[in-house]
Amino acid sequence: MSTQDPEERTVRCLVAKVGLDGHDRGAHVIARAFRDAGFEVIYSGLHKSPDEIVQAAVQEDVDVLGISILSGAHNTLVPKIVEGLEQYDAFEDTLILLGGIIPDEDREGLKEMGVGGIFGPGASMEETIEFVRENAPER
Amino acid sequence: MSRAETAALIDDLLAGKHRALARVISKIENRAPGYRELVSELHEHTGNATIVGVTGSPGAGKSTLVDKMAETYRERGETVGVIAIDPSSPFSGGAVLGDRIRMASNVGDMDVFFRSMSARGTLGGLSTATTDAVKALDAFGKDRIIIETVGAGQNEVDIVGTADTVAVLVPPSSGDDVQMLKAGILEIADVFVVNKADLDGADRTVKELKEMVHMRDASPLAGTAGHHGADAGPDDDPTGGVDDEDDGWTPPIVETVAKRGDGVEEFLGTLHDHREWLASSGELESRRRERYAEEIRRLLREEAADLVRTEVDTRGGLDAYVDAVVAKETDPYAVAEEVIAPIRDRIEEQR
Repeated sequence: MSTQDPEERTVRCLVAKVGLDGHDRGAHVIARAFRDAGFEVIYSGLHKSPDEIVQAAVQEDVDVLGISILSGAHNTLVPKIVEGLEQYDAFEDTLILLGGIIPDEDREGLKEMGVGGIFGPGASMEETIEFVRENAPER
Repeated sequence: MSRAETAALIDDLLAGKHRALARVISKIENRAPGYRELVSELHEHTGNATIVGVTGSPGAGKSTLVDKMAETYRERGETVGVIAIDPSSPFSGGAVLGDRIRMASNVGDMDVFFRSMSARGTLGGLSTATTDAVKALDAFGKDRIIIETVGAGQNEVDIVGTADTVAVLVPPSSGDDVQMLKAGILEIADVFVVNKADLDGADRTVKELKEMVHMRDASPLAGTAGHHGADAGPDDDPTGGVDDEDDGWTPPIVETVAKRGDGVEEFLGTLHDHREWLASSGELESRRRERYAEEIRRLLREEAADLVRTEVDTRGGLDAYVDAVVAKETDPYAVAEEVIAPIRDRIEEQR
């Protein structure tokens, strides 16, 4: 039967802009890079609330949730998203990535909350894509 | 996937867990091991949803209209499932699925289950994956299921063929689009929607569509030939819907401005009328039968093709045969016979 090798299945990603900042260039660039890497990318659009992101991540059954935050509100927004995912039993097998402006002193705490990787300015596309390939959850 | 896992996943889906529904659709899309058992299990729980296909050229406003449809259904207390198919298929195999952005009226409402699908499912036919995903939504208990896709090819025509009612969206002032419609999508339309009806050219588009629908009905090749008699003028049937004379269905033309929600109620009313007509005319029953027949045919084709592919592989692969054909040692017909003969013999033994 033409069942796919689970190893080769297409990685699905949600690229999410959450909160009030309107800077989506980074999100667009990463969405395109993910597409070119062979991933399926769902882009959330701007100014989404944590609830909306959770709804999209659950319904689309994404392997990777990439959140872009440049407003500095990450310590408020990320826990809400994690909480929402937990509510739908979706936290355990979703890889959460964070991009944008995240000060060093916040990183440890965010990782403890469940963020799998943080990619700030200067992170290379190759590095990010490689990280996704290696860390996308087994299902 | 073990039998216990399958059972657990199905139980969760039937119990209304969104995560289970999402996962089942993923398995269907990936054709993951065990997905067949899943779909088999779903079948007995299906048949309660109404399925509407929405198609039309890029930029016609499909996603926006679907958003408003979902919103209106929700106001009526009905639950909604949406499958949005993006057929763009770049070389990398990746895709950006953007329909979700337009679903602005239903954010945070989990009773609208929106799922984006890409064309990668062509592995066994995108329409197969769509049909199966619709079953998952139906079994989950969604009242209304909407399939949204670009109507640009046979694949899309097949996809919307899985719907009870097909709405074709036409943007205004698009003479070319009406031309395109003539080339194939006309046959599948149960309802035409002229969206962005506030723009210039909408009236002309409505008129063109009316003429086209009328021409179809008047064509001697059409099944309903001649029911618009010699005395019937072009404006004989301006509204569409159920024909008085022969109880057939003439595709109505509805005008909407989806962005503002104008005309959406009327559009849903027309969908309802069509549904009533399907049920009362027996067409619903016969369409569903034809759909199941097609599904069985398709699965048999896939299975048979896989069987033969495996057989060719165990015999050393297709390339070896091609080499032999190129060298004129054999010919394609002989090769086909060589591969098929043992299978056919074996089947005849078993009868």
